[in-house]
Amino acid sequence: MTDAPRTIAEKIWDRHVVRRRQGEPDLLYVDLHLVHEVTSPQAFEGLRLAGRGVRRPDLTLATMDHNVPTTDRRLPVADELSARQMDALAANCAQFGVRLFDRGSDRQGIVHMIGPEQGLTQPGMTIVCGDSHTSTHGAFGALAFGIGTSQVEHVLAAQTLSQSRPGLMAVEVDGELPLGVTAKDLILRVVAEIGTDGGAGHVIEYRGEAVGSLSMEGRMTVCNMSIEAGARAGLVAPDETTFAYLKGRPRAPQGAAWDAALEDWRGLVTDEGARFDRVVRLDASMFEPTVTWGTTPAMSAPVTGRVPRPEDTRDPEQARRALAYMGLAGGEAVTDIRIDRVFLGSCTNARIEDLRAAAEIVAGGRVADDVRAMVVPGSYPVKLQAESEGLHEVFTAAGFEWREPGCSMCLGMNPDILAPGERCASTSNRNFEGRQGRGGRTHLVSPEMAAAAALAGRFVDCRGAR
Amino acid sequence: MRPVRVVTGSMAPLDRGDIDTDQIMPKQFLKRIERTGFGQFVFHDWRAQPDFVLNDERYAGASVLVTGPNFGCGSSREHAPWGLQQYGFEAIVAPSFADIFRGNCATVGLLCVELAPGPVERLIELARRDPAARLRIDLPRQTLEARGSDAPGGPALVREAFSVDAFTKRLLLEGLDEIALTLVDDRAIAGYEQRRPDWLPTTG
Ligand code: SF4
Repeated sequence: MTDAPRTIAEKIWDRHVVRRRQGEPDLLYVDLHLVHEVTSPQAFEGLRLAGRGVRRPDLTLATMDHNVPTTDRRLPVADELSARQMDALAANCAQFGVRLFDRGSDRQGIVHMIGPEQGLTQPGMTIVCGDSHTSTHGAFGALAFGIGTSQVEHVLAAQTLSQSRPGLMAVEVDGELPLGVTAKDLILRVVAEIGTDGGAGHVIEYRGEAVGSLSMEGRMTVCNMSIEAGARAGLVAPDETTFAYLKGRPRAPQGAAWDAALEDWRGLVTDEGARFDRVVRLDASMFEPTVTWGTTPAMSAPVTGRVPRPEDTRDPEQARRALAYMGLAGGEAVTDIRIDRVFLGSCTNARIEDLRAAAEIVAGGRVADDVRAMVVPGSYPVKLQAESEGLHEVFTAAGFEWREPGCSMCLGMNPDILAPGERCASTSNRNFEGRQGRGGRTHLVSPEMAAAAALAGRFVDCRGAR
Repeated sequence: MRPVRVVTGSMAPLDRGDIDTDQIMPKQFLKRIERTGFGQFVFHDWRAQPDFVLNDERYAGASVLVTGPNFGCGSSREHAPWGLQQYGFEAIVAPSFADIFRGNCATVGLLCVELAPGPVERLIELARRDPAARLRIDLPRQTLEARGSDAPGGPALVREAFSVDAFTKRLLLEGLDEIALTLVDDRAIAGYEQRRPDWLPTTG
């Protein structure tokens, strides 16, 4: 290795190179491979056809999340195809010796929740999963990529992944986030600033005061949506906040191993003088609660602002199409947009901190008459924690549905979907056409904004709703 | 994977940017555990609109999709390239592609050709004006040529060189199984495993 100053991403990369050949991508070792039911069946089938096994079942962990119904878990799954896909995962895990957090497990949850919760996601690791939001794990100072099913098969067989070296990008967010402005608003602003492909080919390191003062939950929200800016991965330097979060988790190192790990983790900083290919600087003190108005996560406006008119955007044609899909004219005040549904969930914003923040706004209030609102905790541990704090009662007393954990209406592979034309305030990460149900209209917001919208029946500034 | 060398045929113009994999292969079809049979579902929701390009018979047999920037963004679902390929597309031409999508295409043998926005626009115009216009993409030589249907032997109306990274090119040309290629280095992998710090977590 070299003594030249390096970024965190380069340090992690360099220590995972198994094979480097001229004119080929590097072969990287994978420290943790997460698996879910949707992107793995064809990979396991590929192993069977080729007569291959799983090289390191002890570095592999599976969960069920995308298809799981969020109603009573003891009932059989009504959707036959969903049931078949989940059965296939269970059978594959049994055959290949992979640990599975099955439906009914008290550790089951969305695939990007379980790693951090168990303490499996640690600084300096390489983590992959057949899912684009694997970037979430970068919050711990890990290098985490989403991959396709053929690559899932590759990692199962060889515990490695061939990857070309990414570009290095720094997003530096200085200043302090104003009260009531969250990690979600920060990342929506970043995506709006650099665009849906602004991070393409790059690993983004989020830096600066506003990032450093985020909790681990907030950092996960930020890194989660790196892919919405097209980035290969996003990460944050590990620090005391990271170490405190990890300490004592079931799979975190203990005793002497903890000390050894900590010494290693403290070296995961971007060296003075290390070079980024691109640097973007933003001032957090100017950020506001944000609402997306269009069909890409880059199309957003502050809650105090207006939906833009197509002619005032960079790509009027695209904006016109997006507004037509969203049933908006352009020019209306964000707070004039009325909603039908509220979804508080997903790997972006369904951690305990998110539920606490939303509950604080909901407490003592009442969901607006014509609004249907639901809370879907991201994992079983989150659900249990929330219930032990009485949050579920706050939500149900206000008229929210309190559901079982899973991906749910983030993508609607289970029965939780929008009807055509329904408008939803959602804490998830994608407002693509039809994402939450064919013809459904999704506005991405923070948990606080979703909670405030549920009570008001339209978007309102959550800073006045507390 | 079947090797890819030269793709010839007509084009389907889909002039939109940021087309995400949720549009290419909507979620309801991701429940299938097979690797085939996805062709009929490609762009499923958009196909409900009568004026959608793939509903236009003149583009029925197109083997190349010509489209806008950041194609294939969003979800990592490989079902999207499977669907495009099984529908009959052998190549996609766009100003840019999303990273994961491009990687998935390389492993399944669907050729992604990146051209500057200008030439892509000219191809889209040509395909609109002359749906039977012929495109020829030559991977070994890394060139793309389009000719009008009235002059198939005539001079190219659009002629561009494109770049592709050397490894992807080799994968495509030889139709290689990347896993077999990696497993050749089994000893290097085992050697690496010996050196990993023992405090790293396991799931067992
Ligand atoms: S919650 Fe949504 S974005 Fe996250 S893994 Fe599930 S489907 Fe994907």
